[in-house]
Amino acid sequence: MLHVQNLTASIGGTPILNGVDLEVGPGEVHAMMGPNGSGKSTFAHALAGRDSYEIGGTATLEGADLLTMEPEARAAAGVFIGFQYPVEIPGVNNMYFLRTALNSVRRARGETEIGARDFLAVAHEAMGLVEMNKDFLNRSVNAGFSGGEKKRNEILQMAVLEPRLAILDETDSGLDIDALQIIASGVNALRGPERSVIMITHYQRLLDYIRPDFVHVLVDGRIVESGDHALALHLEDHGYADFVNHDLDDTPELPLTGVAT
Amino acid sequence: MSETLREIEELTQAGYEYGFSTDLDTDIAPPGLTEDTVRLISAKKSEPDWLLDWRLKAFEAWQSMEEPDWAKLDIKPIDYQALSYWAAPKPKPILGSMDDVDPEIRDMFDKLGIPLHEQKMLSNVAIDAIVDSVSVTTTFKKTLAEAGVVFCSFSEAVQDHPELVREHLGSVVPVRDNFFAALNSAVFSDGSFCYIPAGVRCPMELSTYFRINSMNTGQFERTLIVAEDDSHVSYLEGCTAPQRDENQLHAAVVELVAKDRAEIKYSTVQNWYPGDENGVGGIYNFVTKRGRAHTDAKISWTQVETGSAITWKYPSVILQGDRSIGEFYSVALSSNRQQADTGSKMIHIGADTTSSIISKGISAGHGQNTYRGLVKVMRSAQNARNYTQCDSLLLGKECGAHTIPYIEVKNPSAQVEHEASTSTVGEDQLYYCRQRGMTEEDAMSMIVNGFCREVFDELPMEFAVEAQRLLSVSLEGSVG
Repeated sequence: MLHVQNLTASIGGTPILNGVDLEVGPGEVHAMMGPNGSGKSTFAHALAGRDSYEIGGTATLEGADLLTMEPEARAAAGVFIGFQYPVEIPGVNNMYFLRTALNSVRRARGETEIGARDFLAVAHEAMGLVEMNKDFLNRSVNAGFSGGEKKRNEILQMAVLEPRLAILDETDSGLDIDALQIIASGVNALRGPERSVIMITHYQRLLDYIRPDFVHVLVDGRIVESGDHALALHLEDHGYADFVNHDLDDTPELPLTGVAT
Repeated sequence: MSETLREIEELTQAGYEYGFSTDLDTDIAPPGLTEDTVRLISAKKSEPDWLLDWRLKAFEAWQSMEEPDWAKLDIKPIDYQALSYWAAPKPKPILGSMDDVDPEIRDMFDKLGIPLHEQKMLSNVAIDAIVDSVSVTTTFKKTLAEAGVVFCSFSEAVQDHPELVREHLGSVVPVRDNFFAALNSAVFSDGSFCYIPAGVRCPMELSTYFRINSMNTGQFERTLIVAEDDSHVSYLEGCTAPQRDENQLHAAVVELVAKDRAEIKYSTVQNWYPGDENGVGGIYNFVTKRGRAHTDAKISWTQVETGSAITWKYPSVILQGDRSIGEFYSVALSSNRQQADTGSKMIHIGADTTSSIISKGISAGHGQNTYRGLVKVMRSAQNARNYTQCDSLLLGKECGAHTIPYIEVKNPSAQVEHEASTSTVGEDQLYYCRQRGMTEEDAMSMIVNGFCREVFDELPMEFAVEAQRLLSVSLEGSVG
C-alpha cells in the first residue's frame, strides 16, 4: 500500500531524512520511535506535502506518486496527518471546517458532496468515538481548545475523512491517562483492513493501548532497526543507546542523557 | 514564500463582475458647478423654496471650504467643474402597472441579481432602486404603508411629506459639516427616505440599491431615516458601478434619527468598481454617515467595504440621550491599488451611554487600509463606556495596515478600552487546511472569512451570504 524508498528531506541544505525505506501493507499499524530531532515529524510532513523541504527518493500510496502531488491531492488520495500541534483557525466553525474538508476530498474523488443534514449524522457518530459533546462542533477550529481537546479533534477529523493512511504525529503527547484511553479506543475503532496507520510516538505506553504490527526506530533520518512490539519494550528499558551512533566507533561509550524519557 | 507572494498577486487581481454598463437614455446636465447648477437641480425636481434656499446656503458654504487632506489617502486632484451634477435615466411612457419600470433598467437590476418584480424578489425585503442618483422604483410600498411605514425616494418625500423632511434634513449632518457633506447638500439629486411611526416594528427589511451607470457624473444621494419612539427598522444598502477608466466621484450623506427607545440597524455592502490592478479608474467614495440616538435608543452600523478606489467614510453615532447605544462593525478590504481610510466616531453626550467599535481591515496587493476612529466623551457623559477592537490582516508584502485611534475623554468616570492586532494568514493555517483536502484558495477564503466572522454575524442573513461571497471573489488568486 505505502512504499517509501530512499526518502530524503532537507531544509536549506541541512539534511533531516537521509534515505528512509518503509513498506506499509493494508490494515497494518506501524509505530515509529526515535530520539528528539531524528526526523519523525519531517517524515510525516514530507509524505503530506508540506513545502518547506527539498525532497528526494520515492513514495507511492496505492501506486499514486505522492511526492509530485499538491498537499490537497495527497489528502484526497487518502493521506491524513494527525498534527502534533493542531493549528487554530479563529472564527471558523469546527463543523463548517470539517464539512468543507470532507466535501473537498469527496469532490476530488469524483463523489457527490454531502449535505448538511447527512453530515451531521456522520459527525455525531465520529464524535461518539472520541467522546465529544455537541457544542464542540460550534466552536472555532482548535481556538481555545485544551491540549487534549485538540488531539481528540484530530482523531475526530480522521474518523470523518476516513483516510487510507493515517500518520499520527505524537497524538499521545501531553495527554492524561483518561484522554489517552479515549484517543486509543478511537484509533482502534478506526483500524480496519482498508486503513493503515503510522504512529509516531516517544512512549511505549501508547502501544499498550494500540498494538502495533511493526515498530521502527528512526535515528539521524534513517530507520536503523525494525521489529515487533518487543522492540518498543526494549526501548523503554534501555533507551536508544543501542541505536544512537551505533556505527560510529569513536563514541560508543558516551552515556545517553535527555532522550527516551 | 515568493511562490506564495506571486499567488497573492494573482488572487487580488480577480475581475470585477459588475463592470458592465447599460445603455440608458439619460438626461445629463452639462459639466460645471455654479449657483445656476444648484437652481437647475432644484427646478428639475420642482422643489419648494425652503429646500432651494437650504441648497444655496450649502453651496455658499462649500465654496469657502477646502477638501480635507488629513486622511491617509493619495488622491489625484478632483476637478469639480469637469463633472456633471445631474444625470437621470429618462422615463419611458408609463405602462400603468407595477411593471412600469423601464425594461432596460429592470434587466440591469436582474443582471445585478436584484429583481424588481415583487413576485420574484427576496421575500421580506423592500427595495428602493437608485440609478445615477435618481430613484427608479420602490417596491412593497403598499405593504409598508399598511404598517404606517413611509419608504420612498427622497424626491417623493419632499413632495409628499415636506414637514418630516424639513424637520430632520441636516439635523444630524449640518450643511457645513465637512467639504463633501456641503457639496452633497448643495447638489444631491435623490436618495431614500424612510419614516417609522412610533411603536412600529418595520415588517420587512428596507433596502436601497445604488447603481452608478453614467460616465463623468458625480453621484450625490441623500438618505434620511427617522425612527420615532419605540420603533425598530433594519436597513440595507448595496452599491455597484460599471468598470470605467475614469475615476468617478460619489459623495453621499446618510442621516439617522433614532428617537427614544428606537432602534436603527444600518447595513452596507459597498462594492463600487475598485479600479484595475494598476489603479486606473474606480470610484472615489466620500461618504458622511451619522446617526443621532436619543434616550435609550440604539444605532448600529455594519459595513462591508470591498469596492471603490478610495474610501473615506466614518459612520458615526451621536449618543445624545441617556443610556443610548452606538455600534460600529466594519470589514474593509483593500487590494490591488485600493485605499481605504475608514472608521467611526462615537460622541458620548448622555449619561450611561455605551459604544462599541469592531473593525476588521484586510490589505492585499498594494492596498492601504487605515482605521481612523474617534471616541469622544463629553463632560456630561457620566459613566460612558466604549470598547474598540481593531484587527488588521495583511496578505502579502506590498500592502499596509494603519490604525489611528483618537480618544478624547472629558469625564473621569468614563471607561474606554482599545485593542488592536495585526496578523497575517499563516503558512501553517493554509497547510493544515490543505492537508485536510481543501484547495489553497478555499482555505484562504475560509480563514479570511473566519477573521471577519464577528462582523458578518451582525449582517442580515442574505447580506451575510453575499458578503462572504464578495470577499471570496475579491480575494480570488490572493492566496498567501
